[in-house]
Amino acid sequence: MAEGGVQEPFARAARQREAERLGMLIFLASEVMLFGGIFAAALALRLEHPAGYVDAAHHLKLWLGTANTGVLLTSSLCAALAVQAARNGQARWAACALWGAVALGTVFLAIKGVEYAGEYREGLMPGMATTHFEGRTQQLFMNLYFIGTGLHAVHVTFGLALLAAAALNRGARQDRHAMLIGNVALYWHLVDVIWVFLYPTLYLAGVR
Amino acid sequence: MTDEPRFEHPPEERAPSYLAESHSLRSWFFTTDHKRIALLYLVSITLFFLIGAGAAALIRLDLLTPQGDLLTNDGYNRAFSIHGIIMVWFFLIPSIPNVLGNFLVPIMIGTRDLAFPRLNLLSWYIYILSGLLTLYVVVSGGVDTGWTFYTPLSSVYANGAVVATIVAVFISGFSTILTGLNFIVTIHKLRAPGMTWSRLPLFIWSHYAVSIIFVLATPVLAITLLLVAAERLIGIGVFDPRLGGDPLLFQHLFWFYSHPAVYIMVLPALGVVSELITAAAHKRIFGYWFVAFASIAIAVIGFMVWGHHMFVSGQSVFASAVFSFLSIAVAVPSAIKVYNWTATLYKADVAIDAPLLFALGFIGLFVAGGLTGLMLAMLAIDVHVTDTYFVVAHFHYIMVGGSVTAFFGGLHFWWPKMTGRLYNETLGRIAAILILVGFNITFFPQFLLGYQGMPRRYHVYPPEFQVLHVISSLGAALLAVGYAMPAFYLLWSLLPGGRRAPANPWGASGLEWTTSSPPPKHNFIAQPVVVRQPYDYPLAHPASRDDG
Amino acid sequence: MSAGIELWPPAASHHAQQVDLLIGSFGAMVWLLTIPVFVLMSWFAIRYRRSREVNRDHAPTRNLWVEVGWSVIPFILVLGFYVWATMLFLDLYRPPPDAIPIHVVAKQWMWKFQHPDGAREINNLHVPAGRPVKLIMTSEDVIHSFYVPALRQKQDLVPGRYTSLWFNADKPGRYPLRCAEFCGADHSAMGGTLIVMPPQDYAVWLGRNRDGGMDGTLAQAGARLFRDLGCSGCHSAAASVKAPPLEGIFGRPVALADGGTLIADDQYLSDSILLPNKQVAAGYRPIMPTYGNVLAPEQVNALVAYLKSSRAREDSK
Ligand code: HEA
Ligand code: HEA
Ligand code: HEC
Ligand code: CUA
Ligand SMILES: [Cu+2]
Repeated sequence: MAEGGVQEPFARAARQREAERLGMLIFLASEVMLFGGIFAAALALRLEHPAGYVDAAHHLKLWLGTANTGVLLTSSLCAALAVQAARNGQARWAACALWGAVALGTVFLAIKGVEYAGEYREGLMPGMATTHFEGRTQQLFMNLYFIGTGLHAVHVTFGLALLAAAALNRGARQDRHAMLIGNVALYWHLVDVIWVFLYPTLYLAGVR
Repeated sequence: MTDEPRFEHPPEERAPSYLAESHSLRSWFFTTDHKRIALLYLVSITLFFLIGAGAAALIRLDLLTPQGDLLTNDGYNRAFSIHGIIMVWFFLIPSIPNVLGNFLVPIMIGTRDLAFPRLNLLSWYIYILSGLLTLYVVVSGGVDTGWTFYTPLSSVYANGAVVATIVAVFISGFSTILTGLNFIVTIHKLRAPGMTWSRLPLFIWSHYAVSIIFVLATPVLAITLLLVAAERLIGIGVFDPRLGGDPLLFQHLFWFYSHPAVYIMVLPALGVVSELITAAAHKRIFGYWFVAFASIAIAVIGFMVWGHHMFVSGQSVFASAVFSFLSIAVAVPSAIKVYNWTATLYKADVAIDAPLLFALGFIGLFVAGGLTGLMLAMLAIDVHVTDTYFVVAHFHYIMVGGSVTAFFGGLHFWWPKMTGRLYNETLGRIAAILILVGFNITFFPQFLLGYQGMPRRYHVYPPEFQVLHVISSLGAALLAVGYAMPAFYLLWSLLPGGRRAPANPWGASGLEWTTSSPPPKHNFIAQPVVVRQPYDYPLAHPASRDDG
Repeated sequence: MSAGIELWPPAASHHAQQVDLLIGSFGAMVWLLTIPVFVLMSWFAIRYRRSREVNRDHAPTRNLWVEVGWSVIPFILVLGFYVWATMLFLDLYRPPPDAIPIHVVAKQWMWKFQHPDGAREINNLHVPAGRPVKLIMTSEDVIHSFYVPALRQKQDLVPGRYTSLWFNADKPGRYPLRCAEFCGADHSAMGGTLIVMPPQDYAVWLGRNRDGGMDGTLAQAGARLFRDLGCSGCHSAAASVKAPPLEGIFGRPVALADGGTLIADDQYLSDSILLPNKQVAAGYRPIMPTYGNVLAPEQVNALVAYLKSSRAREDSK
């Protein structure tokens, strides 16, 4: 009675799809909790050093962060379009949209890299001599910034790999239920959402 | 009374059991069968228990004399650190969920396997990987932070293999998260036809509750430990006051995970005990919905009480008062369970076998541990007894007296199902009683020690505490015998010629008893269809036929 | 002390007796809640065991009111104890204003005490009986915990911040003092003695030790530091740098650059010295150097004591 593509414990493909989607959502919930720790730390830091935090945030390249927010949001849009396209049976469009998302994601990483390089030159990386920092709070802030955005960048990289895998997978593109693409897109949206929270926490805090 | 079959299932056909399917090593190490994976876990957690117990033996031997003649101060610190770390993350957390849960969740809800069988195997490999790293820590000199990794001790001052340990615990977290995810999806999407939420066994409810904690709490530990490791490696300073960081932030994050984690360690045990009690009573559980929702309530409220570990840490007085109050609230669902179990035995048809003895032992010790937990939640009392042996006694009562006892009870109860063999019932009863007695001799004196002011994690201690320490160590020896016994007679039953178990040796209800012992590879020969309430025993049948 | 079993620890303060009373009463209530469970459970198991012919008709399997009863009644009982225990606890955070302030600095693995009039001691703490004493505590390295079982009191010492603990020991005697928070290799050796002396003996002891440690009182030592470290170079009316005047600052509200205000307490003063950029006073530029790596906690304590005493001077004017 098994339909094509149905795997072991499942008898019906629809049920398996529901299960996979639920599994993905639960996984994302646990990812949210992972970043929750970073946000809690940022909150504590800000409450304890209100002035220092704002000063330190002021030193981030706000316009690079803003550009990156735009890039990532657009990329997320592409992923959503890919899901729609796959649902409509437009496998080719789906591939285009996916590659678009990959390209924009790569741009995001590139911009982030430029930003990191700048901070490296200024000597603001964790573990570097403390003399370059204006104060301890700035050092603390920059360290947290690196941990937060670094962990996020790892997720971006991982998401890019998933997006590329989905784009290369013909079966996934032709799947009218957009299962694989749908799940990958969900992951990508999460990566996006996390950034949407990191951005105000780190960059916008410095806007006076 | 009726004598219709409880579940509609086709006549027994013979299918090879999951054990007989294949004997090659490959068929074990690359299996995706949840039952085989459960056995892989059983073997591995037993090994870790032995290491943890070895460390406990060192601790108890060292504490025989006030000067601590056996170990050096550093050696002692390493012994209890590794003891706590292994017992918590590598034995107790995976014990019931990954062994009994893995084996039973799919069978109890009438399906062929967990939703993601390969993920299940993957989580065992992740667990083994992290376990190997822990073994590396043990042989490379150990770690000296305690299982709580308080900063800045762990992040700056400790000189053991802190980073390796952290990475090990970090990795093991993925195994836990994947297991929780797998359980939740399975319970939602793979229940047999007719297995409505109101027909779920309580074992499933408590595994559902525990999975929620797995998924939501474990990542917080992961990120916290990551920050500690980063602190040690590159000095990021989030927890380091010299950079303006906050050491108490670590404690908040750690306990935000670790308090729910203590419920990870007890919820599955509560589920097991509900099964043991009803099966022994041959009667429907009293207050099914209360017991079921109590599990969920514990999981939810359990996320809001972490601050009760920090009453003297310097957290705000107001916060302490709130956390103290919530800690009382979280005790209520536990109380509900205990009283409902008692009521279940009323007018029951009680078979006093080893599983019931373990279950009753569990209840006694859990109640003692739980109520001393309430004492700890009282602010003025905690100020005196926090970080003393009173706390050590509290958590061993719940974790060892409670959860480990429940694990043993469950292992006895489902042993026939898992292996197809019957163990020696008399020896089982003796072991249950021996463990109960040995346990109390070991840990009751520690309450007294704690109230008298014996701090925990003390290698040398004032001589006036020696008598109680010696009693405790003697008790531990007795306890060790109690724990060793089942290892022998359970393994003995596996030898050729061991007595074979029928499908339902206890006359218990529940889907797992409708299939053969041991079950075939796909658990059931044909898809079972559930038409009855859970715990649908003939007793009290007419009165409760309609209740949910 | 002899190596016998000591079943109850001595109580050196009124608070300690209260805690004993609390736990005793709680213990009694625990029995009330659990004896029925244990008795009924054993009785049911035996009475309704398999082999016996007993009446098992109409066995109930649910009853809403019973459920509500056994959820709510124990909860309310415990709530009574919650109120009691919380009141006792709150007292621990309301030191009487005349409590003798003693500074405590913990480090791996010793206790350092500074009395207000300059006496210093290590691991032993002398206090007068029947007088409230307030310990103002911090740590140099990791977290430690100040624990005197006879007082039934304990408080963690956290690096980078001040915590405090007050007590009024009324029974003279020697009571063990222990470190209760795991702090590394010699955690278990980090002990000492709390010596509660009749007030007249304490006065004598102080007289003998007054200048055993430092010259003059803690505040005087602070005043010297204030000069030697160049604080007065900025914080004096004559200075060319614009820095806030510090006379009488303790206990006063301070306006901060970010718009907030706070009361200048021990924590704020020590933060201003160690982490001046954490909270900047309104109207000033954040140019004060950090003394974090320069000063030992005892020196900070002395400076803070000096800043506090300048309040006293102001008040007496
Ligand atoms: C399985 C593990 C487990 C479980 C289930 C619990 C359950 C509870 N724990 Fe425990 N606890 C630990 C493991 C556990 N604990 C560990 C490991 C530590 C120390 C960590 C460390 O520092 O290393 C600790 C420490 C700890 C502390 C901090 C002590 C300190 O360091 O100062 C506190 C304080 O409130 C506490 C409270 C409680 C409470 C209120 C419960 C409740 O959930 C208990 C509920 C159960 C009952 C109440 C019994 C049944 C009820 C009745 C028979 C009816 C009567 C009921 C009422 C009156 C409501 N625990
Ligand atoms: C979670 C599960 C768990 C389990 C099952 C146990 C089991 C036991 N623990 Fe546990 N214990 C913890 C969790 C657990 N513990 C934790 C979390 C801590 C806190 C750690 C910290 O402070 O960081 C702790 C701390 C702790 C201390 C306090 C140390 C201190 O603060 O100084 C003591 C002291 O008696 C102790 C004793 C025991 C004993 C006697 C057992 C017994 O039940 C074990 C039974 C076994 C034996 C009695 C030994 C038998 C030995 C063998 C069969 C093997 C022989 C092998 C060799 C000789 C190599 N433990
Ligand atoms: C280079 C000049 C300079 C030196 C030297 C200096 N300070 Fe300051 N101090 C300032 C300035 C400017 C401020 C106000 C800005 C701020 O709060 O950081 C200040 C603020 C303070 C405050 C907070 C006062 C308030 O009203 O909020 C305290 C307390 C203090 N200093 C103590 C000291 C002590 C003690 C020393 C010596 C160990 C010292 N200072 C050395 C310039 C200095
Ligand atoms: Cu200091 Cu333990
Ligand atoms: Cu807790």
